[in-house]
Amino acid sequence: MTHRNTALWRFPGLGLNFGIALVFLYLPIVLLVLLSFNENNVATLWTGLSLRWYGIVFDNPNILRAAGNSMLVACVATVVSTVFAGMAALAMARRNFKGQNVISGMLGLPLLVPEIVTAVASLLFFLSLGMDLGLRTVTIAHIVFCIPFAYLPIRARLANMDPRLVEAAADLYASPGQAFRRITLPLLMPGIISGAMLAFIVSLDDFVITFFVAGPGATTLPVYIFGMVRMGITPEVNALAALLLIASMVFVGLSWWIGQRDRR
Amino acid sequence: MVLPMLWVAVMSLLEAAPYGGVRWGHWTTDAYLRFFMELDLDGHWVLNTDYMAIFSRSFGLALAVVVITLGVGFPLALHIALQEESKRNHMLLWITIPFWVNLLVRTYAWILLLRNGGVIEQSLNLVGFQTGGLNILYTPLATGIGLVYAYLPFMVLPIYTSLEKMDWRLFEAALDLGATRWMALRRIVIPLAMPGIVAGCLLVFIPALGAYYIPELLGGGKQMMIGSLIQSQFGVARNWPFGSALAFALLSIVLAGMLLYTRRFKKALDT
Repeated sequence: MTHRNTALWRFPGLGLNFGIALVFLYLPIVLLVLLSFNENNVATLWTGLSLRWYGIVFDNPNILRAAGNSMLVACVATVVSTVFAGMAALAMARRNFKGQNVISGMLGLPLLVPEIVTAVASLLFFLSLGMDLGLRTVTIAHIVFCIPFAYLPIRARLANMDPRLVEAAADLYASPGQAFRRITLPLLMPGIISGAMLAFIVSLDDFVITFFVAGPGATTLPVYIFGMVRMGITPEVNALAALLLIASMVFVGLSWWIGQRDRR
Repeated sequence: MVLPMLWVAVMSLLEAAPYGGVRWGHWTTDAYLRFFMELDLDGHWVLNTDYMAIFSRSFGLALAVVVITLGVGFPLALHIALQEESKRNHMLLWITIPFWVNLLVRTYAWILLLRNGGVIEQSLNLVGFQTGGLNILYTPLATGIGLVYAYLPFMVLPIYTSLEKMDWRLFEAALDLGATRWMALRRIVIPLAMPGIVAGCLLVFIPALGAYYIPELLGGGKQMMIGSLIQSQFGVARNWPFGSALAFALLSIVLAGMLLYTRRFKKALDT
């Protein structure tokens, strides 16, 4: 679009609103990180700089186990849901079949339904199948709700791909397998990567569904933090929360950087 | 995904077993009836408005959150859409970054800010206001702040998308024809941004309605919301059919909203 003559439609107060909104959005995050370095036993009473609470976090075996669970579930859920999503995207793009709209609607369903409904549905489903709640049920639930997040970027990438490239490969005597490996897959890669990253972060963040379908032994990091916050606000939670925050920031930065690199 | 959803519908029509679980083959609409009534000691159904109160409270809160996010989000989206192209993506990025931080962590950060003796109170005391106990945390106000904070990007992004696609020459034409900027905004920009505005409202309303841990943590669980009510039916109360009925009612509301939206804006979605 051409350069807009902004002088014509300058509305007063828009910039101010933007500034206030940014403060509103970032104030809690920045404060949380600052307070995590607080030495005092009272979480919000600043007395001095200290790394003490980080040490306590890393010494707590329960936290480490919960973090391990989180990573394990997120990794498995990411790989499996990305594979499913990729196959679904390919199937949806290849041919036109009856009921295609219904299926794409169903793929998007978990994005629209309130999380608590998905959580209840998964819980009842697992229980009536007679499955014991635990890491296994958590992983299955995560795979299911990660699929739409992985699906959308892959589908978008596929929609922008020139189908003639695959035809050209076939003309040049590539077998369907070869054409897929050498043409489709490399071209899809950026979509697959961003889909996988989205799935990973969504799985790592999830609380409500995990909270419902996790048994006693399958605590993930968000569930653990929820329990801690309920017990009381301690500097230890500050440090743990700040660690999680920094981890997600790094992750977002990484995915943004990859996105930029791919665009060039 | 769909199978478990149907399962919920089936479960909601079954009779509750005394200690959790359901009794198969005992079909009943008791769970839905329970929403409006309760069994008194003689075994008669009498009207009970407790659950309706919880639903209407959640609705009211979600609605308030939608109104506030719209009030803040629309000017935000407009501001970004009016920038030069190179700046727009960066501004959008700044709005969406906090969204990627774990919501539980962000909710927790608000506890630090709002609680008595927390950061806001300390800073108020510092500048000379002796408030002595703000008492914001564990009230509906705190829940509202948390929800607005969590879902603001959901409002900004769709509105921005529809403003971005807009042909701004229409706006100029309106000005040429003697409209004031506010008139042009009301008569041209807002109607054209309608699909985005409605989509944003839905995207905020749906999760705000079903929110579980924001009311639980910031509201202190004192004021029951739908989310906590559903959870308690599977936790403490062990009444699966009633919990399922509640979840299914919530699901139907959401699907009805989505259906109305796609009907109404089918044309805008296709283009």
